[in-house]
Amino acid sequence: MDTIQSWINVLFRPQLLIATSILALLGFCRYRKFCTQNKFMSAAILGFPLAFFAVSALEENFWIQFKRPDNVPISFMLWFVVFFIWLAMKKGVENDDRIAEGRPVYEAEPEEEEKVFVWPDLVYTELLCVLLISIMLVAWSILIPAPLEEPANPQLTPNPSKAPWYFLGLQEILVYFDPWLAGVLIPTFIVIGLMAIPYIDPNPKGNGYYTFAERRYEIFIFLFGFVILWVLLIFQGTFLRGPNWNFYGPYEYWDVHKVVPLTNVNLSEFIWARLLGVGMPSFWLVREIFGLLLLGLYFFALPVLFAKTLWKKFYLQMGLIPYVLGSDLMLWMLLVPIKMYLRWTLNLKYFVAIPEFFFNI
Amino acid sequence: MADNTSEATVDKTVAPENPERREFLKNLPVLGIAWGAFAASVGVVLAGSLRFLFPNVLYEPPQQFKIGFPDDFQVGTVSTEFKDKFGVWVVRNDQGFYVLISVCTHLGCTPNWLSSENKFKCPCHGSGFYMTGINFEGPAPRPLERAAISLAEDGQILVDKSQKFLYERGGWDDPTSFLFFA
Ligand code: FES
Repeated sequence: MDTIQSWINVLFRPQLLIATSILALLGFCRYRKFCTQNKFMSAAILGFPLAFFAVSALEENFWIQFKRPDNVPISFMLWFVVFFIWLAMKKGVENDDRIAEGRPVYEAEPEEEEKVFVWPDLVYTELLCVLLISIMLVAWSILIPAPLEEPANPQLTPNPSKAPWYFLGLQEILVYFDPWLAGVLIPTFIVIGLMAIPYIDPNPKGNGYYTFAERRYEIFIFLFGFVILWVLLIFQGTFLRGPNWNFYGPYEYWDVHKVVPLTNVNLSEFIWARLLGVGMPSFWLVREIFGLLLLGLYFFALPVLFAKTLWKKFYLQMGLIPYVLGSDLMLWMLLVPIKMYLRWTLNLKYFVAIPEFFFNI
Repeated sequence: MADNTSEATVDKTVAPENPERREFLKNLPVLGIAWGAFAASVGVVLAGSLRFLFPNVLYEPPQQFKIGFPDDFQVGTVSTEFKDKFGVWVVRNDQGFYVLISVCTHLGCTPNWLSSENKFKCPCHGSGFYMTGINFEGPAPRPLERAAISLAEDGQILVDKSQKFLYERGGWDDPTSFLFFA
């Protein structure tokens, strides 16, 4: 039992967790038919999270984190995310089959086209929902009361100090980036990027009906951003981040004295001091020139390169401005996992570190 | 469409003065009072909200304070007893004293001194700082800031937090950022 637990702890290390989740997402999209139409596979996908949480709850350390009033809804949310992605994919696959056979999609069937009245049909349903949800919330708040803590003290930060659950993804990104980037720029890009989707991608396919085959890239990119870079990071922040913001396995005791050596090194130091063996130049532009070049290549050369090769299809389809916008937003999104993995493997701190101007990437 | 325009012209010939306009003028004082009252009430609410920006009581720990006699401190230790009250750590090494301000340079949380690991560690995103204040792990881009330190006339150590010394600006070379004491 102990060895199994320690193995699972290892599997939940962020490096492995994120990689396996990406693979699982790819596999789910690739073998979507098997995953949603096969009864056993569906049961496995929907049942595994439940079984995992149920069995894990027997373990002491997992139970401590699981039963916290703040964390209970997160566990529910995780299952619902799995469920709704599965459900949407199931409907998409069914419609894709219909489209392939030349039949109309499910949503266009005559009996689905039928309309109902707002009054009484919709209002009645809404009333019922209001009642049920209110009862549930009252019962919940009585059974699992939210904790009231002592008055805030500016000199005392609780350890670990966690953001509200919906910001835990951002807090995780803050570990790898400068606050200006992770706290201001990236959230702005997320919001603006989501708003810009209809301009970047005016493709009308999939409007009003479920499909996957007609929109595979778009849906996968969205799922990557939502499931991996948002929901998974919330899970990580909730269950795997402990005292001193160290990583802890799901069955690991939150030891305040756990020491994780994390000596971080800037790219400039890697190159000037370790690779070239000369000292760090004192002028910032010379010191950071490699990082600036690298980022310049990443943000300006890559889109051009991709427009000629890998993403040529998209470039021709989308036109210049939507392509530039879309590819730059995409590169920003990808920078997050890239930076995370560089931190976890090479302890890279910043590509460009100019503390003189508060400019660090 | 055509009907409308002809009606309008007819209107003008029959009654040279627009009845709506007259109605409007008659109501002008009432409208003025109404809008004036509206603007006033919005203004009061706005002023009330602005008032919140100037609280009656302000939690502001003193910027200058004495922390005791040099002999009270043990060589090689970080004293955390002033963190709650003044927001600083006092470090005593074999050459003297310096004062680190207990604000993380990443996003402003308050780190903890972990004596067994010999480092300051921030609970928010895991930044770590050496005893000197130099950042070595996690996202913090700059070392911790130091405060001015000197000996008062009565022999106690005097700390002035309003004067901050930043390592990356060369501030730690400033004589007031360090108190030599053998
Ligand atoms: S505020 Fe200290 S690490 Fe982010």
